[in-house]
Amino acid sequence: MRYPCVQISVSHISKTYAGNVLALDDVNFSFNHNGIFSLIGKNGAGKTTLIRILSTQLLPSSGGATINGFDILNQTREIREIIAAVPQEARAVPWMTPLQTITSYLMWRGYTHSDSREMGKNVLRTLGMEEQEDKKNRNLSGGQKRKVLVATALASEATLIFMDEPTTGLDFISRKELWNLLASLKRDRLIILTTHYLEEAETLGDLIGIMSEGNMVGFGSLGDLRKRVRYPLSIKIFSEDFDTSGIKGEVQKTAQNSIQIYTGEGEAYELAETLLSRHLKFTVQEINLNTIFESLVRGDELNE
Amino acid sequence: MNRNVGSQVYASVLVNSIYAMLNYPVTLISTLLAPLSILAVVTFASHGTLLPVAAEGALIMNMVSSGTSLQGDLSHLKNDMRLQDMIVSSPTGPGVYVFGMAISEIVYSIPTLIVLLIFNVLFVRTTPLGAIVIFLDMATIFTFSISLGFLLSTFSSDIVQSWAFSGILSPILTTIPPVYYPISYIPLPYRYLAYVSPTTYAAQIAQNAVGFTTLSLGTVVLYWIILLSITALFGYLAMKRSRWRDV
Ligand SMILES: Nc1ncnc2c1ncn2[C@@H]1O[C@H](COP(=O)(O)OP(=O)(O)OP(=O)(O)O)[C@@H](O)[C@H]1O
Ligand SMILES: [Mg+2]
Repeated sequence: MRYPCVQISVSHISKTYAGNVLALDDVNFSFNHNGIFSLIGKNGAGKTTLIRILSTQLLPSSGGATINGFDILNQTREIREIIAAVPQEARAVPWMTPLQTITSYLMWRGYTHSDSREMGKNVLRTLGMEEQEDKKNRNLSGGQKRKVLVATALASEATLIFMDEPTTGLDFISRKELWNLLASLKRDRLIILTTHYLEEAETLGDLIGIMSEGNMVGFGSLGDLRKRVRYPLSIKIFSEDFDTSGIKGEVQKTAQNSIQIYTGEGEAYELAETLLSRHLKFTVQEINLNTIFESLVRGDELNE
Repeated sequence: MNRNVGSQVYASVLVNSIYAMLNYPVTLISTLLAPLSILAVVTFASHGTLLPVAAEGALIMNMVSSGTSLQGDLSHLKNDMRLQDMIVSSPTGPGVYVFGMAISEIVYSIPTLIVLLIFNVLFVRTTPLGAIVIFLDMATIFTFSISLGFLLSTFSSDIVQSWAFSGILSPILTTIPPVYYPISYIPLPYRYLAYVSPTTYAAQIAQNAVGFTTLSLGTVVLYWIILLSITALFGYLAMKRSRWRDV
């Protein structure tokens, strides 16, 4: 069965906050995709601003966007029919229970009380929180509170879900439980999330957006992004006894008597041959998102 | 999907009044105390002669405090919980959300309303028509204050700011204007200032309905027109000018 894809098209969005703070500077991208779009970037890069604009919480200063063809500026009714959002700074009302929190959110979306309770119980079970469902939110741990909020949006029927740092504060196992839930939902939805865990963006993201100082400096699949950087391969040589002068690439001496070299494909091939002929132990890997992120944010990319 | 409007309204009532009341019953005493304390002071200080005026005044204050509480509650849910952002990014429109919140404020003030109702039945004489007029009068001032409360809440960026708004609204709408006392007590050039507040008209209409003052039919109609116009204006502003989406 094929599911209709969510289509997003962002053109020339800029946002200047009061006090002349330029948070977004002419952001453009578009895609037609279900799955997970992970947005990464340093603190203050503009991720929350972009998410709030797309989820119709905040007006852009200029530019615009469409979601499934509907304009975010004046066709909000149609857009809001299909979206759900968990803001970065959302907090669960302390005197309510997780089940009440999810139930009331779903009732606001128009489900009956009994359906909402049923759906709430299900999502809490999936997230391993059935034991906590009737405790007061104020008595939960920070990560458990976060999970309650994330659960509200995930329990809904929304086909476009915005989650601003859903996994901040979650332990590794809880994060993996959430990843599984997201993976099971993503076939017929688009989930746009921000995260500071790059391995999470890498694992989950069918699409990745890298933001820096209000710009989208990288956008695409991990493979697409790798093509954008000058040195997409990483070679690690397990020896200190190797002359790296004259190598085209970036050389770092690491601990444990090894040398780390980032380089391009042609150079990597030559280097590998040299290393083989000298019987030195080494590994070759495609660079991970951390390295891509660093080089794109630094503006160190392939000149096209 | 078919969205159940009753459910959407009920969600606001659950979150903003039922769960809160069950958790903090003490809040009921605080909503009860403000109108009753002024009612008591005015009644004792006037040796009972202003009792019918003060009884209606307490009702008006209760309606106005629904709006100021709404303002604080909405600001809290918006700025501290970020709940309003979640609601904005959902099919729930501002109308149904605020309507539900307004109902929740009435639910909150049910104990106060019961006490005031008993007080009115025991001590204030009116006709069935007068009772209906008072009911409509209170419903109108409630609508006005809810609209004002929503309008202000969307401009507030912090609960501290909302507390300040409440602290200003409550005296200028209920204790200073002639709500608990007859307008004729204000010396003349200043008396006209009282007509700036919509609660003055509501109080005049109520005092007329309980027979404390006698207004001509023309005056009553004029006061109704002014009261309804102010309410309609704020209702309109609440719908149009309030910021559902941030700028
Ligand atoms: N309400 C606001 N008023 C003024 N400036 C703001 C406001 N919100 C954000 N900013 C500024 O806009 C820029 C982008 O902020 P934004 O919250 O979008 O960043 P972010 O990428 O989400 O960061 P983080 O990872 O820390 O959440 C920052 O420079 C910030 O100081
Ligand atoms: Mg952010």
